[in-house]
Amino acid sequence: MKFKLRVWRQKSSNHQGSFEEFLVEEVSPESSFLEMLDELNLKLRKEGREPIAFDSDCREGICGTCGFMINGRPHGPLRGVTTCQLHMRNFKDGDTLVLEPFRGGSFRVLKDLVVDRSGLDRVLQKGGYISVAPSAAPEANSILVPKAVAEEAFDYATCIGCGACVAACPNGSAMFFVAAKAAHLNSLPQGKPEAKKRIIGMLDQSLEEGFGACSNHGECEAACPKKIKITSIVKIYRSVFRADV
Amino acid sequence: MLDSKIPPGELESKWSKFKDLAGLISPANRRKFNIVIVGTGLAGASAAASLGEQGYNVKVFTYHDTSRRAHSVAAQGGINAAKNYKNDGDSVWRLFRDTIKGGDFRAREANVFRLAEISSSIIDACVALGVPFAREYGGTLETRSFGGTQVSRTFYAKGQTGQQLLLACYSALLRQVELGTVQLFTWKEMVDLVVKEGRAVGVTVRDLISGKLDQVAADAVILATGGYSNVYFLSTNARKSNCTAIIRAFRRGALFANPCFTQIHPTSIPASSDNQSKLTLMSESLRNDGRVWAPRRKDLVGRDPRDIPESDRYYFLEEMYPSYGNLAPRDIASRAVKRICDQGLGVGPTGHGVYLDFRDALKRFGKDVIESKYGNLFEMYYLITGENPYERPMRIYPAPHYTMGGLWVDYTLMSNLEGLFVIGEANFSDHGANRLGASALMQGLADGFFIIPVVVPDFLARKGKSKVSEDDACFAESKEGVELLMKKLAEATGSVPVLELHRRLGKILWDYAGMERSKEGLEFALKEVREIKEKFFEIILPPKASDGATFGDFEDAYRLYDFIELGELMIMDALYREESCGGHFRVEYQTRDGEALRNDEKFSHVACWKRESDGYSMVKEPLVYEFIKPTERSYK
Repeated sequence: MKFKLRVWRQKSSNHQGSFEEFLVEEVSPESSFLEMLDELNLKLRKEGREPIAFDSDCREGICGTCGFMINGRPHGPLRGVTTCQLHMRNFKDGDTLVLEPFRGGSFRVLKDLVVDRSGLDRVLQKGGYISVAPSAAPEANSILVPKAVAEEAFDYATCIGCGACVAACPNGSAMFFVAAKAAHLNSLPQGKPEAKKRIIGMLDQSLEEGFGACSNHGECEAACPKKIKITSIVKIYRSVFRADV
Repeated sequence: MLDSKIPPGELESKWSKFKDLAGLISPANRRKFNIVIVGTGLAGASAAASLGEQGYNVKVFTYHDTSRRAHSVAAQGGINAAKNYKNDGDSVWRLFRDTIKGGDFRAREANVFRLAEISSSIIDACVALGVPFAREYGGTLETRSFGGTQVSRTFYAKGQTGQQLLLACYSALLRQVELGTVQLFTWKEMVDLVVKEGRAVGVTVRDLISGKLDQVAADAVILATGGYSNVYFLSTNARKSNCTAIIRAFRRGALFANPCFTQIHPTSIPASSDNQSKLTLMSESLRNDGRVWAPRRKDLVGRDPRDIPESDRYYFLEEMYPSYGNLAPRDIASRAVKRICDQGLGVGPTGHGVYLDFRDALKRFGKDVIESKYGNLFEMYYLITGENPYERPMRIYPAPHYTMGGLWVDYTLMSNLEGLFVIGEANFSDHGANRLGASALMQGLADGFFIIPVVVPDFLARKGKSKVSEDDACFAESKEGVELLMKKLAEATGSVPVLELHRRLGKILWDYAGMERSKEGLEFALKEVREIKEKFFEIILPPKASDGATFGDFEDAYRLYDFIELGELMIMDALYREESCGGHFRVEYQTRDGEALRNDEKFSHVACWKRESDGYSMVKEPLVYEFIKPTERSYK
């Protein structure tokens, strides 16, 4: 297969960026999107040119390291798929592919397609946990969790922290990210004692970091590679209201 | 002589006695002690959270952009614990015996017993931290079975158990960051251990964005930097997983134990193209419900598996190992798959594959049940191969997955260098020559949550602060060494990109030091790898740094440089160990049925390699079995 790539190049956060075009040929339809870029980088290296910086690690959709915009969509055209799991057979031969870094909120371009997502860590730092010392834990089966509750908590807990929801949001909001963590912990009996504090803490920090407010566009849900549901945000709104009164 | 510092007495009382006598630091004095932890996987993050909770001054380093990315996140199937919730005869002793036997009698009894003893508390801790484990309808915890056991002791969160456990540790870590006990440094890779007079006194780290070096002094250094399967290039490990931290500690005098003990996991998705960048695992838990088979005759190999009648399907694991069936341990199952493919019965485009079939389970339980247990794994398989495993059997083939070998540690998880602790996959301690499924998560958390909080204070209480600051000459020497290596890399004169050379190294190791090893093959491989090592700077294309961010190029180059030395060690160790045990299979030493043939008389010891100025030497730690008698390991 053959593709034309338009890739955002930026030397560092202190430099100006611009698009650069590349032609890639003889791409195997079985190769993944990142393997296609690996091959291109190999070629660039051999030509003495600087390879395109992008980040990735597990390459099986679970670590959340990878991700950039492909033709305007975080992680590309497929629903529920991270960039690393996207394969070239999902594109048409001869397509033009536009690659840009995730932008929004406090994300800052570090180099080419790599951005700084540490703001998300600082948000979780304000409540994305249960305050318990591991050695002080009670016997596991003394806390009963109905199967349906455990499964719902699990679904929210699958967030990989990639930042696609922020990049997809016209407001650069981290609401979807915050809501998934709060919905995971607050729905479990272990998470109830700190439920209110958790939500307020994370929401405040999210604004502090420069992430925008939520205005119900729903782009986050469409972009989430783990198919987390936007019902988390509904739950959060309800809890915020309760936390206020 | 190596002192493993195993406490005397009965197995059951060793750990509790150790804890009773361990030294303590008073709460008011803990802030004065600086502890450096490298790595934020299960072991590193849980150790950091625990020591932070106790009040020590902890600094944690990760080369990722955040501490939630470590490869523990990708562990799928589950975590073992001897809770005996299923009332099927499990106990601490049984978990201990299963693990020792699973490791083919090459692990230390006292360590393994402690691990089994702690296992139950780990589940308690994880539930308290909010891990959404699978539940029964009544609200209690659900378990399933894993390889090499006949009980159901594996706790899980669908096929994403590692992710859920890692996120729990990450959250506990962030809580300590918020409380101010832990300082977290991202994008920082350890590139040297600083040692003075036999004691680890700090680390040199490199910022992956700016390329700048930084140094931190510490009273204790804890390495939790994972395994080295990426030495094979293609493995189930994440792309960044590397051996740089442990190899550099090795160059500073730390002993490297049993480097040839590597685990090849039987069920990975087969490679499909030459430019493939990594292999993806399909969890061992799938073997609870999936049946492994190959066509019985060569003429059936190309046929659509759904059209092969029952009588022509060779369920080889069930036939070869009737009492464990599809849940035979990983080393045994991997070799069986290899034998089948070597006989020409392998399927798929390359002939390197067998089927993992859910037809019967789907019929028996229905699609909903199978989806709730394995949904994400089936989806992952579909995304990679484009084939739907609900409709046709998966194709699987063995792949490098885990390394039992690692830096040598004593009972207190401290290496031969004072003040250097090594935990999780990075050490060698608990799994012998083969790790059982769902035991890696158990070990990482046992080390971090329960052992480190006892042994590190004990060390600090006995030895006190290190009194070496960053101004000491040993720090300057370390920095100069790293800078020199960087300079040599930048001035390399070759034309081979690092990625290509890594592929070449990986292929040599896979072919000659992989699932099957022979004297002749290993000697050939050693020659090849040494040649690459000697000419490294003449072979590789020099990495490039632009003005500004250096992201990418340099770290790939020095990580490969370190992998080459590790590969050399692996081969030397495999040559030395003239027996077969667990994942180490020497063709010269096998039973008539083609199973591993141990030589307890000559090799019941840990082989610990030491770096000398002109090569390597070896010290042995004898393995003494007081409580369990080594027998021929049979799963038939």
